Amino acid sequence: MSAKVVITGIGVATPNGLGVEEFWAATRIGKNAIGPVTRFDAAQYPTRLAGEIHDFAAEDHLPSRLIPQTDRMTRLALVAADCAFEDAGVRPGDIPEFDMGVVTASTSGGFEFGQNELKKLWSQGSQYVSAYQSFAWFYAVNSGQISIRNGMRGPSGVVVSDQAGGLDAIAQARRQIRKGSKLIFSGGFDASICPWGWVAQIAGGRMTTSDEPERAYLPFDADASGYVPGEGGALMILEDAEAARARGAANIYGEIAGYGATIDPKPGSGRESGLRRAIETALADADLAPGQIDVVFADAAGSPELDRAEADALTAVFGPGGVPVTAPKTMTGRLYSGAAPVDVVSAVLAMREGLIPPTTNVTLAPEYDIDLVTGQARTASVRAALVIARGQGGFNSAVVVRAVD
Amino acid sequence: MGRRVVITGIGVLAPGGIGTKNFWSLLSEGRTATRGITFFDPSPFRSKVAAEADFDPELHGLTPQEIRRMDRAAQFGVVTAREALADSGLDLAGFDPHRAGVTIGSAVGATTGLDNEYRVVSNDGRLDLVDHTYAPSHLYNHFVPSSFAAEVAWATGAEGPATVVSTGCTSGIDSVGHAVELIREGTADIMITGATDAPISPITMACFDAIKATTPRNDDPEHASRPFDASRNGFVLGEGSACFVLEELESAKKRGARIYAEIAGYASRCNAFHMTGLRPDGREMAEAITVALAEARMNPEAIDYINAHGSGTKQNDRHETAAFKLSLGEHAYRTPVSSIKSMVGHSLGAIGSIEIAASVLAMENNVVPPTANLHTPDPECDLDYVPLTARDHRTDAVLTVGSGFGGFQSAMVLARPERSLA
Repeated sequence: MSAKVVITGIGVATPNGLGVEEFWAATRIGKNAIGPVTRFDAAQYPTRLAGEIHDFAAEDHLPSRLIPQTDRMTRLALVAADCAFEDAGVRPGDIPEFDMGVVTASTSGGFEFGQNELKKLWSQGSQYVSAYQSFAWFYAVNSGQISIRNGMRGPSGVVVSDQAGGLDAIAQARRQIRKGSKLIFSGGFDASICPWGWVAQIAGGRMTTSDEPERAYLPFDADASGYVPGEGGALMILEDAEAARARGAANIYGEIAGYGATIDPKPGSGRESGLRRAIETALADADLAPGQIDVVFADAAGSPELDRAEADALTAVFGPGGVPVTAPKTMTGRLYSGAAPVDVVSAVLAMREGLIPPTTNVTLAPEYDIDLVTGQARTASVRAALVIARGQGGFNSAVVVRAVD
Repeated sequence: MGRRVVITGIGVLAPGGIGTKNFWSLLSEGRTATRGITFFDPSPFRSKVAAEADFDPELHGLTPQEIRRMDRAAQFGVVTAREALADSGLDLAGFDPHRAGVTIGSAVGATTGLDNEYRVVSNDGRLDLVDHTYAPSHLYNHFVPSSFAAEVAWATGAEGPATVVSTGCTSGIDSVGHAVELIREGTADIMITGATDAPISPITMACFDAIKATTPRNDDPEHASRPFDASRNGFVLGEGSACFVLEELESAKKRGARIYAEIAGYASRCNAFHMTGLRPDGREMAEAITVALAEARMNPEAIDYINAHGSGTKQNDRHETAAFKLSLGEHAYRTPVSSIKSMVGHSLGAIGSIEIAASVLAMENNVVPPTANLHTPDPECDLDYVPLTARDHRTDAVLTVGSGFGGFQSAMVLARPERSLA
């Protein structure tokens, strides 16, 4: 139960970087990647900015037979999985097949694939719907495709808890390692920047209508007006710490040390959000006091009411300005199930470099009693980090990542 | 042995069997609920049959506001979760709400709601740039089906960990298995868990048509789902939900709860073979069964009944028959095996939970439900599939399995908690 579970390989694809090196080089200097939507003509919609991944050519990385049967988010995930294996210095054949699994999070599945097939169904007829529609769009597709590509036959899974799901997947992966699996892939990818996905996201009512890329997604700022959506995510390889050392793992990035999750009471109940409880549970699980946390990667919803609730929870646990807080997702927009895994990646890279990446574009509003790292990255010894992710519907998840000596 | 997890409340909504009592009547009488599709005009489709539930949300206490904002699958989930909680006699008001969690399985989420809304915003596929001004605010809840878990949490008062588990057609087992793990490890004391799907929509029929997974037996809809029969030629799409209240055994005993069964073992594996195909040897499902039995500390001989996946595709029926032989050895030949999909169809992610409910009711009644429509077994399927009529059979422990797209293979062992441990 108490076995240490560590991150030994990373694959990441975000609007500001493909691969760990490019991603971190961009993130540490606060490189913004939010811009006008280019994937389709967004002029008619109230939200027109996104964090898009440019220059990703799936054909350069994947066998051609996989292209027609996959949504963009699956292609990104498959490539990230390859990178994570390479980074971990382990090949799929090195580990018994039933001891490796895949636990991913998803929010909207292969939505663009689904859009295209819905269009065929209603504009042409049912016989034009792709045979791949039966699995290419559904939420389990990334776990399935990654397991097939890499011969992983162990315990696997898929969770959906809006943007909090990325952390829930990592927690479930840790559970599987503790139950005896040797290697689990975990993380999440989403990429629903297509007209049908766009309209569904607009319906959620939390996106900004700003047209200025650097004044659009401004969590904890007096001008906060909603969020900018993005695409991408991260996958990481988790292993038992002893087993990773025994095989001579080149990279032991950090330990998944604690986890807590709650769901808020029904709206209108007047009761407190469960976020504070999720954070406290994660800290207790990691056996760390609030004072031992060196940085918080905030969920940073970007709308005043949600930012208020998060700042209140942080202040309640850490005291006013009690811990550096950052939200590098201001550079990329919110990546849904991919967001929190990317923050976990940022957390372990922050530990490695001793540098907290910045929250870009934001001027902290005086009403929030938090120590937000704005402007530039801040040099700091980072031994333990808290990552927070919240999802629409009231999902709250928190993970503590700790340095490994 | 650490914390043991038991089922103390059940809610079921299945075609032909809304409510636990009606559901069991259908199964124990061997009646079928498959019929020609009535929800939309099925004439363009290859397969025109389904197992539809005659569900009136108002009758089940949902408000007009709830009915508007929830996809049909979410409505099912809320109804069965409420039924399970009422059945358990548990009052969550006396508990720390953060110690009560929710896991809901669903393979395809709000696919029916999405299909409907897409037609509106795209003007039946005419617009590439779909029109947001026609989109209702609840479209986001369809877009991300974790809204199902949120709705169930709100309906029951649970405020602990909540998530949707979406592993295709094993979601209904994996969701409950996930919940069991949360109680065992001490993260939660009570879990509201189960699964729901309502996939009977044009897009779902079209995608299964495209791979010929569903049956074209349109001239005889009542007998269209024929698992293990030589004449079977695909599954019949269904819909529904089952939810459960899970508690730790000792605390359930302490409050004098009615204990239906212990969830004694659970495991899931991937075939890493094909998104929709199965290897005929059943090796990964066999591995899941073996691990679930080991977790339950039971020998194969302790299993009295196998609730099969039994979807009624040739590939599945042979695959799992092989898996049972591989994992249970000679005992596979002595154990009754049946597929309730012959009666209630295949409700994708929901069916695993509905089959857990059937398994528990088989134990309650010491009656094994039959495989309806099984007249001439496929010669390659040579186990005892309990054809046509239910059978009185002492049932202390049940193995229930699922198999699905993405390659997921799951197994769960249910048993009386007072059993002796191997």
